[in-house]
Amino acid sequence: ALVQFQLTVPVAVVFAPGSVPGDLPRPLPFRDVQEMEIPVNLRTSVMSRYETVYRSTTAQENIALHAATAQEADAALHPLQDALLGSLTIYVVPETSSLLPQGINVYVGKHRSALVRAGRGLATLHSRLQQLTQVMSFTSSSIAAALSDGVPDGQLGPDARRHLKSSLGYEITFSLLNPDPKSHTVDWDIEDAVNRYVQPVLDKLSLVANFSVDSQILYYAVLGVTPRFDKESSSFLLSTHSLPHVINPVEARLGSSAASLYPVLNFLLYVPERSHSPLYIQDKDGAPVSTNAFHSPRWGGIMVYNVETPASPQALFPLHVEVDMVRVMEVFLAQLRLLFGLSREELPTEFLMESPGNEGLADWELDRLLWAHTIENIATVSTTLTSLAQLLDKIGNIVIKDDVASEVVYRAVSSAQSAMAKLAAGHLHSAFQASKEAVTSSERAFFDPSLLHLLYFPDDQKFAIYIPLFLPVAVPILLSLAKIVRETRQCKKEPTKMD
Amino acid sequence: AGGMAAAAAALVLLLLLAAAGPAWARPDVLREELLLSPLPAGDVAATFQFRTRWDADLQRGAVSHYRLFPKALGRLVAALGVRELHLSLTQGFWRTRTWGQPPLQAPAGAELWVWFQPTVTDVDKAWKELSNILSGIFCASLNFIDSTNTVTPTASFKPLGLGNGTDHHLLRYAVLPREVVCTENLTPWKKLLPCGSKAGLAVLLKAERLFHSSYHSQAVHIRPICRDASCLAVSWELRQTLTVVFDSFAGGQGKKDWSLFRMFSRTLTDACPLASQSKVYVDISPKNKEKELLEVTPPPASLHEAVVQGEKRTYAIYDLLSPSLFNTSRSLNVQLKWTRPQDSSELPTPVLHAHRYVSGYGLQTGEISTLIYNTHPYRAFPVILLETVPWYLRLYVHTLTIITKGKENKPSYIHYQPAQDRRRPHLLEMLIQLPANSITKITIQFERALLKWTEYPPDPNHGFYVGSSVLSALVPSIIAMKEVDMEQSPLFTSLFPSSDGSSYFVRLYTEPLLVNLPTPDFSMPYNVICLTCTVVAVCYGSFYNLLTRTFHVEEPSRGGLAKRLANIIRKLRGVPPL
Repeated sequence: ALVQFQLTVPVAVVFAPGSVPGDLPRPLPFRDVQEMEIPVNLRTSVMSRYETVYRSTTAQENIALHAATAQEADAALHPLQDALLGSLTIYVVPETSSLLPQGINVYVGKHRSALVRAGRGLATLHSRLQQLTQVMSFTSSSIAAALSDGVPDGQLGPDARRHLKSSLGYEITFSLLNPDPKSHTVDWDIEDAVNRYVQPVLDKLSLVANFSVDSQILYYAVLGVTPRFDKESSSFLLSTHSLPHVINPVEARLGSSAASLYPVLNFLLYVPERSHSPLYIQDKDGAPVSTNAFHSPRWGGIMVYNVETPASPQALFPLHVEVDMVRVMEVFLAQLRLLFGLSREELPTEFLMESPGNEGLADWELDRLLWAHTIENIATVSTTLTSLAQLLDKIGNIVIKDDVASEVVYRAVSSAQSAMAKLAAGHLHSAFQASKEAVTSSERAFFDPSLLHLLYFPDDQKFAIYIPLFLPVAVPILLSLAKIVRETRQCKKEPTKMD
Repeated sequence: AGGMAAAAAALVLLLLLAAAGPAWARPDVLREELLLSPLPAGDVAATFQFRTRWDADLQRGAVSHYRLFPKALGRLVAALGVRELHLSLTQGFWRTRTWGQPPLQAPAGAELWVWFQPTVTDVDKAWKELSNILSGIFCASLNFIDSTNTVTPTASFKPLGLGNGTDHHLLRYAVLPREVVCTENLTPWKKLLPCGSKAGLAVLLKAERLFHSSYHSQAVHIRPICRDASCLAVSWELRQTLTVVFDSFAGGQGKKDWSLFRMFSRTLTDACPLASQSKVYVDISPKNKEKELLEVTPPPASLHEAVVQGEKRTYAIYDLLSPSLFNTSRSLNVQLKWTRPQDSSELPTPVLHAHRYVSGYGLQTGEISTLIYNTHPYRAFPVILLETVPWYLRLYVHTLTIITKGKENKPSYIHYQPAQDRRRPHLLEMLIQLPANSITKITIQFERALLKWTEYPPDPNHGFYVGSSVLSALVPSIIAMKEVDMEQSPLFTSLFPSSDGSSYFVRLYTEPLLVNLPTPDFSMPYNVICLTCTVVAVCYGSFYNLLTRTFHVEEPSRGGLAKRLANIIRKLRGVPPL
């Protein structure tokens, strides 16, 4: 099946006084549509469509643009924009404006807006605008990553498969592993840290999926690898190639999420045993990793937290350790962003991005996530329904009940179609909701228990039942066939005798 | 002077606080305990209890940060509105008559009973979901719990924790007598312990020894309890218990002496570092009047005397957290020697025990008989009997007879819920008064139903299990008991709430029954197919031959092996050849 996506991004380009390029084709305001094809694979084609409105600033925007710094201007402009998900507002300021720092031509704000220097002419402005809209909505690589299940391996970068699959909900579990409770009593104020650092990010992401956060402390949980002792630094080292073996033995202790079906994101804080500390993770070149942490794609992250050994050997064990949660949460939040595909891409130096602050996530980054997840959801629905159809072709015994068909399959198809239509119309939020519905229905159709009833009635059983009939019946037929063959041969051999 | 007294009181309080433990107060505490009790018949019972108490309300507020309490169970309790959960997985049968009253008995197979919160609207749905999740956690076939084996008892199962259980619609009870318990169930159970099986008493839990025993029962009990004496706040308690009975005769060449190493092939080296209490109790109470029959090594540091289940018992205590214990030797290997061979003729019989069997002949009808013994010399007491029988044994309630000492005994309370085919089992609950020193016989007849051919389990000729019936009673104690504080007393005395000083609570399970149902010959359809096909094939073959064969006269020839053979025989018989 050929899936054709059309993604429409409403863009408003607002010219501040003195920034309108001389070679503008029409007088302001005017509308313009730019279409661009993003090649993905043979079965999928993605057409991106930027519906741009060019206009000059209003009086209020003008006042806001007179702020001292870009940050202040961004904050002042925010209430003046319509907060439609997926839309972008780009303010063009004069080339000589002091709003942007020296050497910076593009400033991306915390919300859905950006400031751009006008540049020498229209061509420069155009290329800047194009780059900017791609950064703030989607690029061909982010689309390819979202469709990664249907794309051959070689075309994807190493990051593409790192992202979590789109799902209706995620469970985030923080685990503190203390393999040596005899030497260390480790305490962490995870409740406070979650409220302070993780919850703001998740509140922002709650539009994308449901999140639940919990934590646990596991004792006597050891890594599956014995670290190597390094004499020079008198420390223990875990090399990169041994990291894949670290997770499996720990995984058994983590406990499954019995009460829900959502994927689990694990963040482990490992306090090494006294006999193995300090423990450092080495990168490929043998240098210690500064964060002492690593992450595993689609699974979570692990951080090693070394405990300072007391100077006096007579120190009383167990040693009481209070974990520095700021240091830990910095690492875990960075890993969380990586796992959601929110890592900031390499940008030209003329770009400046506002740090998202306490919320951990800018509005346009949320939009990026929504674009990618909507496309991924629709692709998942298409694959699920295609494989259901293939299954039906292969095994004719399966009965699709009417309720499965109408309630679930048709609804999945119609939701997916409406999601596509809304993507084309530029309504990102409703498109995302529809795509979620489509995924839910299609999964329900695929995993409906009534499909399983006759799935395992193999043909060889029928054969076994009929063999007692067919075998004895076949014997005289075969015998007479053999006889016919023998007789015709004899007839050919001795035609003279007959005469 | 008043100020002085107040200062002194404050000082005492400070000292008490300092003695209570480390400076930072933990909301959750772990206690571990092992009770070793030689049984009258010569076997040894070992009861492990691991109790995690958490001063947090799992239900209200989003508690999501776990330390000692396992996250999997905590989330289950919070998500499904569980108020109390009791799950046991048992292999073997506790022989009450010869082994005495168990500290914790469980029926053979799997047993699950759960009280839900009043806020749960669809109890059946929550129950189904709960059993499915538990089956995943414990690798047991609890997912086979459905409406055909679930009942709602009205009187037998009261909540053991906080809360008065009057609305029994929130209770569900199911037993799977066919369930086989093995290592795959033990491993997840051990994983729930904070120390795993790496330290503390749990190092003794080695599967190859535990399942080489006469009785193995592991259980999980979750319940809300009072946080303190005023009972204004709720704490949650998780008890993981494991009882195992070793046959020390068979293992020890006819001697009844035993040691930890001989039973578990391990010794104790340390306490779990997370536990605030870690103790081994050995029951050394004299069975007869003669004292000093047995001897334990190493000599215990202290003794504990208590009235347990109506008997005065003495326990030797080994506190694994006391530093003096591991001073002399690096490990603790409790040994028990009998100084004189004990004559086993006069076994004390427990006050209450029961026996159940199925009788009758043929495959149409039968009779279930239950014998309940009250051996108390002078006190009568009531007992609640709970009987769950699957729907395919159709009980005839009019044949229910209860006979004590030759006379009919009328139960003072009967709750009977008839079965519905393929939907729910029979439930019979009765409150029966047992006169002193008596045997009560309860019989009820049943008819065996015919099942549909797809309803038979694998190996149907093995028979169908009927779960144990449950006896709950307040047995009058011969010796007066003292009210005990739950936090201070050993764990093995504090699961069931003690009522008053004069009686103690006992729950007994009878033997599960194995009943044969009329079972068809499952290969019969195939045999019929084969036979008819053969007949059809033979008919077809001869008809085909008749139609296709051409007949022509054959010239007589010298030859043929048959003819030669015939001639040889004729020659031997002296008849002229053909």
